[in-house]
Amino acid sequence: MTVREDRIIAADRDVLAGRRDDGRRSSRVRRAAVKLRRDRALLLLAIPGLGILLLFQYVPLLGNVIAFENYEPYFGILHSQWTGLSNFALIFNGNPAFLDALKNTLIITMLQVVFVFPVPIVLALLMNSLISERLKRLVQSILYLPHFLSWVVVVAIFQEMLGGSGLMNDWLRSHGHATVNIIGNSGLFKEMIASQVIWKDSGWATILFLAALSQIDAALYEAASVDGAGRWRQMRHITLPGLKPIAILLFILQLGNVLSTGFEQIILQQGPVGINASEVLSTYVYHNGILSGQWGESAAVGLVNGLVGVALVLGANKVAHLFGEQGIYQS
Amino acid sequence: MSVPKGRATVAGMEPPAPLVRGVKGVVLTICCAFVIVPFVGVISTSLATQQQVTDSGGFVLIPNQVTVAAYRAIFAGGVVTRAIGVSLFITVAGTAISLTCTAMLAYALSRPHSFGHKPLLMTVLFALLFTPGIIPSYLVVKDFGLLNSYWSLIVPTAVNAFNVIVLRAFFMNLPQALIDSARIDGASEATILRRVVLPLSKAAMAVIGLFYAVSYWNAFFNALLYINDTSKWPLQLVIQTYVVNNAEIGTGQLAPGSVLPPQQSLQMAILVVSIVPILLVYPFLQRHFAKGVLTGAVKG
Repeated sequence: MTVREDRIIAADRDVLAGRRDDGRRSSRVRRAAVKLRRDRALLLLAIPGLGILLLFQYVPLLGNVIAFENYEPYFGILHSQWTGLSNFALIFNGNPAFLDALKNTLIITMLQVVFVFPVPIVLALLMNSLISERLKRLVQSILYLPHFLSWVVVVAIFQEMLGGSGLMNDWLRSHGHATVNIIGNSGLFKEMIASQVIWKDSGWATILFLAALSQIDAALYEAASVDGAGRWRQMRHITLPGLKPIAILLFILQLGNVLSTGFEQIILQQGPVGINASEVLSTYVYHNGILSGQWGESAAVGLVNGLVGVALVLGANKVAHLFGEQGIYQS
Repeated sequence: MSVPKGRATVAGMEPPAPLVRGVKGVVLTICCAFVIVPFVGVISTSLATQQQVTDSGGFVLIPNQVTVAAYRAIFAGGVVTRAIGVSLFITVAGTAISLTCTAMLAYALSRPHSFGHKPLLMTVLFALLFTPGIIPSYLVVKDFGLLNSYWSLIVPTAVNAFNVIVLRAFFMNLPQALIDSARIDGASEATILRRVVLPLSKAAMAVIGLFYAVSYWNAFFNALLYINDTSKWPLQLVIQTYVVNNAEIGTGQLAPGSVLPPQQSLQMAILVVSIVPILLVYPFLQRHFAKGVLTGAVKG
């Protein structure tokens, strides 16, 4: 059989199968066009929302090029002088103010991971063991509430409770004790930040753990109890493994947030404590960029900060996968 | 919550020993007290008289005499009244815009075989992964000429990618037959969304509406960045100045001719005013929370 004949037979087969050699590409385009016409009303609905996301999430992402420029508002992003990596010098040369902010950020992150993260798990276990449904709902309503308050209100409430003329010091004074200085004490600032996060958000964070607890198959407990496992062993071998996937998921997501977290909370309380003890990376960017006009350098710090956050999430997710866990998405 | 009703405790588990139950009860009661006592204190102090505020040293837990002078003063006009108006406007307008855009985008993404479905979905999902950064965001808002405009507090945060994903998951779980039959009857996509999908999604829309409304009402970060003009301050900036930073609230900040109530009561009254709207809508929506959060978590 010649090559020519071969080709003709192949072409016949294509025709029989309903497709034509020359028309394969154009038919895909045609199908897309049909689909586009069918779905155009649907796509029109997406425009406003998508437009906002593009303009205020993606365009600023491109705006990060000013990290590589000597940005002058007068010239704008396009006409400012390109300076390469010189804005990043303060990071690598260890500018003292930057190092302070980095150190504080890392310490606060550590406190969050070690002390704040486990609280909702313990709370959820406690709430789950409440026997009365109504009581459980009441406790939930109360503990969820602080999540819906703004940081401004939370900080104000903490000042009213622990400040110089607050509840605690009023009580100490009226009972003849010396007052304690908590608000504005730079030595306690980071612990203060962590305890405010616990107060505000750990109740709300139980919601996912409670749902995970309700998904655990009751038959497992029955079987364990038949096998003679006590309450503690049931907790160790059934309850805690049941919480593991969601705990890992939340842990990874929190890692992504830690470096950028706390801007509102911290900027509100820097006044009395002083910059040295309280500056974190996000407030550093705000002070040097927006307030002092060192646009390029601040954007560089912000960019590195954001990239490290994303890298932490993806890295932690990778580690979770290595250990056979699901992580934030399945590989 | 999604805990099955009537299940007193986990089946097969023996009820815990009385001592253990007692300890758990005490711990939970203390946790609840940590939340409730500050609220009670804030409300009480806002209602207390000058005499009692002075006697107690600044903070009142149980008022022996109730006066609403502080509320009268902040609602009579002046800085706080204006800030409440600004915050109300931003919350109402912002929530309306957010819900509209979010529902439209979520519906557009709810049909897996539509044109460009995958890239559009990825665009939304990717927005979850990163935050654009303070400086570039500021410059974009500035270049749009939105500085010192109320729109700077609404438009940049109008669409939250997480809410889009949650609502999309909810829409996808609706019975497809209803949507198909509406289409056979000749309804356009917009009509299907408005007349079929949204009426079936009231609970989800209510929870997402609450999340949006709370974020607008509590907006502080954006206001700090974008609003310099003190006459355009929303409530949270007023709280920062007069409560957190303890700036003196004088007659200049109140309506002309009003009597000055105790400083501490005024401060607490401002706090109460910012908490009460949340307390009012909260009980109606609480039972939907788990659903709203979980659909996103499972399907996201």
